[in-house]
This record gives sequence, structure tokens and C-alpha cells, in this order.
Amino acid sequence: MYPAPFNYHRAGSVAEAISLLSNLGDGVRALAGGQSLLVLLKARFDTVTDLVDLGRIRGLDGIEAGNGEYRIGALATHARLARSPVAEAIPIFQDAANGIADNQVRSRGTIGGNVSSGDPSCDWPTLLIALDAQVHCEGPDGKRAVPVNEFVEDLYLTVLGDGEIVTGISFPAPEKGAAGAYVGFKRCAPAYPTTSVGVQLTMDGDDCKDVRVSLGSSGLTPIHATGAEAELRGKLLTDDVIVRAADAAVAESDPIDDQRGTPEFKQLLINTLVKRGIGVARRRCAGEQVEVSHEYY
Amino acid sequence: MSTTETAAQDIPKVAVEITVNGQSYRREVEPRTLLVQFIREELRLTGTHIGCDTTYCGACTILLDGEPVKSCTMLAAQADGGEVLTVEGLEKDGELHPLQTAFSEHHGLQCGYCTPGMLMSSLALLQNNASPTEKQIRKGIQGNLCRCTGYHNIFKAIEAAAAEMRED
Ligand SMILES: Cc1cc2nc3c(=O)[nH]c(=O)nc-3n(C[C@H](O)[C@H](O)[C@H](O)COP(=O)(O)OP(=O)(O)OC[C@H]3O[C@@H](n4cnc5c(N)ncnc54)[C@H](O)[C@@H]3O)c2cc1C
Ligand code: FES
Ligand code: FES
Repeated sequence: MYPAPFNYHRAGSVAEAISLLSNLGDGVRALAGGQSLLVLLKARFDTVTDLVDLGRIRGLDGIEAGNGEYRIGALATHARLARSPVAEAIPIFQDAANGIADNQVRSRGTIGGNVSSGDPSCDWPTLLIALDAQVHCEGPDGKRAVPVNEFVEDLYLTVLGDGEIVTGISFPAPEKGAAGAYVGFKRCAPAYPTTSVGVQLTMDGDDCKDVRVSLGSSGLTPIHATGAEAELRGKLLTDDVIVRAADAAVAESDPIDDQRGTPEFKQLLINTLVKRGIGVARRRCAGEQVEVSHEYY
Repeated sequence: MSTTETAAQDIPKVAVEITVNGQSYRREVEPRTLLVQFIREELRLTGTHIGCDTTYCGACTILLDGEPVKSCTMLAAQADGGEVLTVEGLEKDGELHPLQTAFSEHHGLQCGYCTPGMLMSSLALLQNNASPTEKQIRKGIQGNLCRCTGYHNIFKAIEAAAAEMRED
């Protein structure tokens, strides 16, 4: 189906995008890969008067490492991120980049658009909570950096103000010997995950020195599962400890009832995925190569 | 959400120049024109199919600058300056592409509706990976649905085409 008519503007720079978005009224929206927005516009779930295409802004798609951190431009596509040195260096990153949607959607969809959607089913915010990332924003009032777990405020609602856009993401380089896993369950590739879990672990022998756990599609926003982390941090990772962490994560979740499953079903999945995620992360910490991405067949 | 619809005739058109199957086309289009409409309705290349309204089925898959894309979920304006390959561009000098021959020989299609998209996703896969494993083939067409074949003959066809293309 065709979207309803709209005006199209191509921004040549971040400043131009901010100015267009600030001055075109309530019906204006930024367009990146279009893999969320165009789907909504075609179904007429949303209508806009104007689209500001960010896609041609130069220098907004960089993927860089240095000074102990990684910096990713908002326009970097899922497909490019999956093939990038960041994915090679950080296994949890590769899991997510390869698990999002399907090949075609990954060619177009961007990390900035994914984060800006404020959709709890989107994988990047959940993954980025596990990596303790910052979202870099720029708007009429200047620049700011927001921790990713404060960026999504409610269902489809982010902290972005009028005319403000996401310019990039950054996160600290994981400590040496740290590793993670991002695991999800989905019906098929072109479907969003039913639930997903990110685990980033730092081990000290068999003890968990530090850990971050995040849950996707498990409530109205991506969830930072601090209760699960508290069960793990500083402990010897026995089966009992892992079971308690998975139970804690379930207690922190509040999944909705939708076509992907009942809350009870989703909580069973979360329980299993937390255990699986910890298992894979731990094997990777020990130097093992483990291939995972979202399971769907 | 609460904006009133702007009348289509009041909206300035966008000039685009898109290369399709090696030939460059300049057109003025409505901003909301989807790439698939541009291909099918402006250029009358109707090999690229529309199978859904939800970005699910992959029947509309084309290659844009070498990458597989669902042309129903992209504006023609976004493809300005790009190079598109559609299923019509696979045949060269009257000879079918090895993928097309293999789909025919291995019964990789029944109704044929999904086939153009399947071929384009398969091509994207084989251009990056000349010897894919069965799992990689399955992942290669993960964004394409087929309601008829049950996929097995499609996997066989892609495997056969990969072997043929390695020999060339
Ligand atoms: C069939 C299908 C399956 C999918 N499956 C998954 C999945 O499993 N996991 C997953 O995570 N995602 C999935 N997606 C969504 C996909 O990852 C999108 O690419 C992503 O959600 C949006 O990125 P985009 O660049 O396409 O953004 P767009 O669609 O262009 O924009 C999305 C929203 O963000 C705003 N926006 C975009 N960029 C910026 C910016 N830089 N600053 C401020 N606002 C901005 C837009 O105004 C819009 O409101 C799927 C999509 C489809 C069609
Ligand atoms: S027509 Fe179904 S994905 Fe494009
Ligand atoms: S052959 Fe009929 S949909 Fe695939």
C-alpha cells in the first residue's frame, strides 16, 4: 500500500536536519533506513506531513575504536555492523547484528533508527544496555549524551526533544577476558524476537567479577536486570546461583500478552534464555568460539 | 499522528536518477513513491513482485548497490544515484543466469510468485560466499517466504547453481 502523501527533504548535514525538524511543525519525522517508519506509513498506522531523510548526511555512519571506547554513527546499518571489526572483537555484538530481522532489512536498517524507535522489541537498545552504552544526541539546544537505559522512557517514547536526533552510540571497550552473549527466540527471521536477553560477563577464575544483564521484548521498555546481576556479581557461578539469577530476571520482567505469546510463555523463555546467555558468555570468557544468534529453526 | 493528510497535488515532486540493470533513468516522482512502484509502474519492469504489505515476504527483493533490499520498504527518492539490479537483469545475451537454470531444473518453484525475490537473495548470498553450507543457504533466504515449495528444492537449486558458478 502507498503511504499518504508527504513532503520529502534531504538533509545534507546534522545542522540542516535539526533545523528542518525544528521548523516543519508537528507532522515532521526523521527518516533513516525506513525499516520501521515506512512499514508504519504504508499501513497508515502513522501519517506525516514531512520526512527529513538523514541518509545522505556524511560522516554519520562511522564505526571506530580508540581511547578505550567504541563509537558508532547513527547511520551504520545492521549489515555493516555485522561485518565490522567491532563484531569481530565483541561476540555479543555479532550475535545481535546477525539476529536482527533478515538480510534485506539489515541492509537498510540503522542502529540510530533502531534505538530511536523506542520499541522494546528492538534488539540494539537491549544489547547496548549490556555494554553500558551512551546515546549521543544533538538538537536545537546542543549536544548531550544519555545512558541507553534512560533513553527509552516508555513504549515507543524516547527522551528525544523536538528537532533532536541521535548522532551516534558509544560504549567502553570490554575488559580483557570479558565476553558476552545475546540470545533471543523468534518465530522466523522477518519477525521481531518473542523475548531476548543480553549478558556481558567478566570472570575471575570461576567467579563472576562483574556482569550486566538486559532483557528485550520483556516489558514496555528494554530492561536493565539489576536484580539478576546482584545474584551473580562476586559469586562462584554454580548452577544454583545461575538458577537464582534467572528467577530474578523473570521477576524483573513484565511481558505483554500479544500475538507472539502470553506473559507466562515469555517468562519461561526469559528464564531459559538467561541461563543460556550466561552459559555461552562463560564459555566465551574461557576463550571458546561459540556461534549463536537468535534461534528460529 | 494527528496531522491532516496533505493533498498529493500540492506536493513538489522529487527528481531521481536511478540505474536499473545497467541503464540510467531520470524521473520526477511523488515523494511517497516506493522503489518497487518506480520499478514496476514507471519502468514497467514487472518481474519484481509485491507479495505483502508488511515487509515480510521478500518477493520484492532487488539488489541496491550489491545489497539485497526489500524494494517495497524504500522510497525511490532514497535510491537516487543508486544502482539497482532486478530479476530482468539476470539474463545475459539471451542466456539464463545459472541460478535461473538451476531453479528450473530442480523445480525450485511452483507458482513462481516468490521466485524473483528468491533469485535476488540467492545471488546476494553467492556473491559473498561461493560455497555456502546448507545452513548458510537457509540463512541466505531467511527473508523470503515461499507458500508452495516447502523450500527443499530451492535449497537444492541454490546448491547446484553455486557449484555451476564455481566452475565458470
Ligand atoms: C520484517 C522486519 C523485521 C524486523 N525485525 C527486527 C528484529 O528482529 N530486531 C530489531 O531490532 N529490529 C527489527 N526490525 C526493525 C529494524 O531493525 C529497523 O531497521 C529499525 O527498527 C529502525 O531503523 P531504521 O534505520 O530503519 O529507522 P527508520 O524506520 O527510518 O526510523 C525509525 C524511527 O526512528 C526515527 N529516527 C530514525 N533515525 C533517527 C535518528 N538518527 N535520530 C532520531 N530519530 C531517528 C524515525 O523518525 C522513526 O520514528 C525489523 C523490521 C522489519 C521490517
Ligand atoms: S512485498 Fe513483501 S516484503 Fe516487499
Ligand atoms: S513458488 Fe509459489 S510462493 Fe514460492
